[in-house]
Amino acid sequence: MAVISYREALRAAMREELKRDDKVVIMGEEVAQFNGAYKVTEGLLKEFGPKRIVDTPISEAGFIGLGIGASMLGIRPVMELMFWSFSYVAFDQIVNNAGNIRYMSGGLINCPIVIRGPGNGGTNVGATHSHTPEAILASHPGIKVVCPATPYDAKGLLKAAIRDNDPVYVMENTILYNDKGEVPEEDYIVPLGVADVKRIGTDLTIVAHGRAVITSLKAAEILEQEHGVSVEVVDLRSIRPLDEETILTSVRKTHRALLVEENKPFCGVDAQIAYLIQSKAFDELDAPIHRVSSIDAPQIYCKRMEDHQLPDVNRVVREALKVLA
Amino acid sequence: MAKPAVLTHPESLKRPAGPSEYAKDPVNAALSKAEKIALYTKMARIRHFEQRCIRIYQQGKIGGFLHLYVGQEAVAAGTISLLGKNDHLITGYRDHGHGLMVGMGMNECMAELTGRVTGCSQGKGGSMHYFAPDKNYWGGHGIVGGQAPLGTGLAYAVKYMGLKGSCLVYMGDGAVNQGAVHEAYNLASLWDLPVIFVVENNGYSMGTSQERSTAHPGCLAKRAEGYNMAWDVINGHDVYEVRAKTAIALKRAHEESKPTVLEIFTYRYFGHSMADPDKTYRDKEEIKEYRERKDPVLAFEQELLREKILTPELSQKINEEAMAEADKAAIFADESPDPTVADITKHIYWEEDNRGPKTTSRGTIIFE
Repeated sequence: MAVISYREALRAAMREELKRDDKVVIMGEEVAQFNGAYKVTEGLLKEFGPKRIVDTPISEAGFIGLGIGASMLGIRPVMELMFWSFSYVAFDQIVNNAGNIRYMSGGLINCPIVIRGPGNGGTNVGATHSHTPEAILASHPGIKVVCPATPYDAKGLLKAAIRDNDPVYVMENTILYNDKGEVPEEDYIVPLGVADVKRIGTDLTIVAHGRAVITSLKAAEILEQEHGVSVEVVDLRSIRPLDEETILTSVRKTHRALLVEENKPFCGVDAQIAYLIQSKAFDELDAPIHRVSSIDAPQIYCKRMEDHQLPDVNRVVREALKVLA
Repeated sequence: MAKPAVLTHPESLKRPAGPSEYAKDPVNAALSKAEKIALYTKMARIRHFEQRCIRIYQQGKIGGFLHLYVGQEAVAAGTISLLGKNDHLITGYRDHGHGLMVGMGMNECMAELTGRVTGCSQGKGGSMHYFAPDKNYWGGHGIVGGQAPLGTGLAYAVKYMGLKGSCLVYMGDGAVNQGAVHEAYNLASLWDLPVIFVVENNGYSMGTSQERSTAHPGCLAKRAEGYNMAWDVINGHDVYEVRAKTAIALKRAHEESKPTVLEIFTYRYFGHSMADPDKTYRDKEEIKEYRERKDPVLAFEQELLREKILTPELSQKINEEAMAEADKAAIFADESPDPTVADITKHIYWEEDNRGPKTTSRGTIIFE
């Protein structure tokens, strides 16, 4: 199996889907001539030409809305947002139009659009460019949201998203773009709504998504090495649809749960997960559920403090030990 | 109070109601007698459908908003009567007239208003959200101007697939100040998309007159120049003029794949919606003037009487049939069943409604 980066895995997913289906179009700011703001789409213009790889003006409400309209007629646009933070100027299109059109038309119209790009903090760019809107968007029925943490999942989830007939919003992470991992060269997809147990353990379940999975895996290693604790790490991969069974199965085994995410805590994804566990596995719990999220403030610019604001390995270890106490 | 609307509609009020100077335009001269009668019939059907809606609304059977098209019939009728199989359309929330023009039935339209499962959107959309994609009609959108990027995308798809077609994107005069509309203008012109933006200028964005809402260089359509787009202004009380000038824009879309902005001067006789008491921002004399002097349905009737295509008897028959059709639709809408509780969670996701071995979704997607 080839070892490639998260960025290359995303590119491979797009290249394979562009080849498989001539209705797939890549569209976004700087995706073509510039080769991608983060080089995710590097080389695609040369390989597929300007009809398939389309540079847009800085006009998110316009071009995202255009992609949604095109998808209604059968085009399968894969739209890049330079930052998911920029989705906020296209919110009406992303939520009201893409999320509601199938419902309001009584199932007559589908919207097979993919919107992808990084939705993360930790890059020292301040509050306006550091949003993690997966919880906000996943709270709207009609929308699907996935957050890959590894190159394997990035490729498999993006390919599934492109083939899916509903709007799927793929939230990547710029800090993970250079992370490498094993990725099959043959065709595969990671179905939406299937979590993955990234580490098997018996004493504590950590539920995480996105980069928080990587942080949690590092914390799990320390917990085992330094504290003799066996930690299971469940990677949600998909926020909506949600794999409830994998979460519950793990909690029924370990009887303790720590939820880790990069979101701010209020109304975060893990608020929903905590509710799920208490409603369906309350009697299995030997301790209260704890959460590790970003500190509840707009993203601070100062890099040293931003690193402190985000969930880090030390905080995850500390909080895990509280759950285990 | 002043009469601002007279100033907003210079083109339409200058001309006295009389023979249309566009009657002999090639697209109108090409119409057979039967086609002209059919066009008049469609306008009359819109009028009677909408007037029937008022009664049902007043009976408390229509919830939410109800934006009526009465007074604006010639806009949808004139433009849509020109469309071919690869021409698409999308509009805002004043969407009944367009629906009836593309061939939606009065029953499904009326039943949608009363929230019945027999409605065009199975009672899930309501007045503002009619859809008939099988007839190239993509709604019916509730947020002012939000449909403009979607329509531009439909035109993009038509062009991508190599088809000679277009998308007509309707909006009101209030929508021209929305950012999404300007972004759509830019993309349509930048990428040479076959879009026709139809600004149905009825003088008021809800209760705010054009003078109080919009800075413009003489007319709203002229803003197209800032995006290097062609534009025209049209008297929307004359269905022949609407057809003649829209045909030019359609040709531009089909032959050159270029966009156009058309501003069509029109007028609505009722409030912005039925929730608008219509007492504060315009006076009754103004409405009376339009109704009596500029009515697009009466004007076309007069036109066809002059052309000796229509007789008073035939006109009466057409109108009585349209009224009877609307009455029947009202009964249908009243007697049809509601959607069920189980229907609330259908039609949210294609992959969920069609789950099988090949679908790409698993897991829980609807939460209790």
